[in-house]
Amino acid sequence: MANTDVIIHDEKDNVGVVVIEKVTPNQDCNCWIMENDKSAKIQSKNEIPLGHKIAMIDLKEGDTILKYGHDIGKVVKRINKGEHVHVHNVKTKKW
Amino acid sequence: MEIPKIFLGYKRENGRAGTRNHVIILPVDDISNACAEAVANNIKGTIALPHSYGRLQFGADLELHFRTMIGTGKNPNVAAVIVIGIEPKWTKRIVDAIAKTGKPVEGFSIEGVGDIDTIAKVSKKAQEFSMWASEKQREECPISDLWISVKCGESDTTSGLASNPTVGNLMDKLEPLGVHLCFGETSELTGAENVCAKRGKTPEAQKKFMKTWSDYNDFILKEATNDLSESQPTAGNIAGGLTTIEEKAFGNFQKIGSRQFIDVLEPAEEPTKGKGLYFMDTSSAAAECVTLQAAGGFNIHLFPTGQGNIIGNPIEPVIKLTANPLTAKTMSEHIDVDVSKILSREMNLDQAGDELIKSTIKVANGRLTCAEALGHKEFVMTKLYRSA
Repeated sequence: MANTDVIIHDEKDNVGVVVIEKVTPNQDCNCWIMENDKSAKIQSKNEIPLGHKIAMIDLKEGDTILKYGHDIGKVVKRINKGEHVHVHNVKTKKW
Repeated sequence: MEIPKIFLGYKRENGRAGTRNHVIILPVDDISNACAEAVANNIKGTIALPHSYGRLQFGADLELHFRTMIGTGKNPNVAAVIVIGIEPKWTKRIVDAIAKTGKPVEGFSIEGVGDIDTIAKVSKKAQEFSMWASEKQREECPISDLWISVKCGESDTTSGLASNPTVGNLMDKLEPLGVHLCFGETSELTGAENVCAKRGKTPEAQKKFMKTWSDYNDFILKEATNDLSESQPTAGNIAGGLTTIEEKAFGNFQKIGSRQFIDVLEPAEEPTKGKGLYFMDTSSAAAECVTLQAAGGFNIHLFPTGQGNIIGNPIEPVIKLTANPLTAKTMSEHIDVDVSKILSREMNLDQAGDELIKSTIKVANGRLTCAEALGHKEFVMTKLYRSA
């Protein structure tokens, strides 16, 4: 089994979580989808540290981020596939 | 793994069982802390529980203060209790309620006596209690005597991926054996509130949960200067990769596995509907939450952390687990169970749940937690509003 670099909770999710110390730009990452035990690939665009999220698809302003198969916030700045997803481009819908 | 059916605990007069055998010196109010601490310093085998409140509180806030004091004294991890207050009336109310468990309890008030004579008098009684409690032996107790509370802290994305689901796996395995379980953290379910409400076993439990959460949310909207973006998620959460409260909430929620909750408890309220999972309305601040759960009668606590929360409690042992490999390395003296191998897929959830069950039984049997060995005994009152 290849090393897992990114874990995705649910098949519907559009983000994954980096589970190695960091991924570097242009790294080909092995992803594991927990829900159905499937694999996927993603090439990173940025350096992303452990525990931070990577976009699995292109996302535009106003799109919803799905993690655990659920809505966890909205995109406030365009995010390309493979880019770092965090407080600089995603905000809560609650407050 | 075959789950152990027993642990070695201290059987109490009211039929409950403790995982610890503390003799506590409980100040009713802030100004009785000095006296309580002096007694605990004099008499070995006792522990003082100083805190910051207990004067001029009123209404629901005062009731919560009493519930926390009384519940702490009643907790089966406590063998005997000494209550010290400035005035006799509130002291007596606490003593009388704790006495219903049948455990030794005695109250003292300082007014008209002064600290020095009170300390002398109380020390004699504390010595008697401490030596009496030291004779107690651990006996075989059914695993259903475990009342397990859970709360996560300094969470990051590894909490939602692995350490919280490990706790959920333990819940799924232990609930059928008749344990009591408790989760809380009203604020940290924001974003997952509708999904959480659906886990209520009855329509009443579901309705009660939504009311509790809505009351809390109304309070935030009323009191907050802007929003909770600075507090929920915290700077530590954000450093660990958590972006929004919704993301934190769905991670938090993994702790209850696939269980349903029977009832919603007030802060520090003791469950009365039998075995199973309860939701308690608590703050998400670690020490406040665990203090309330211990006052609700829970005798062992599971605390998953991502970035490394270090909390402990004076009467309820707090077992910490992490799935963050960096935290497991850099803060190893705080981590009782390392489940970081889940992330590298060298361990699965089932195995991690089993490891956590083994550690829980060990600690229930008397093994010190990291927090106990390091002297963490955070006892923090929840205050609903300002005093008169």
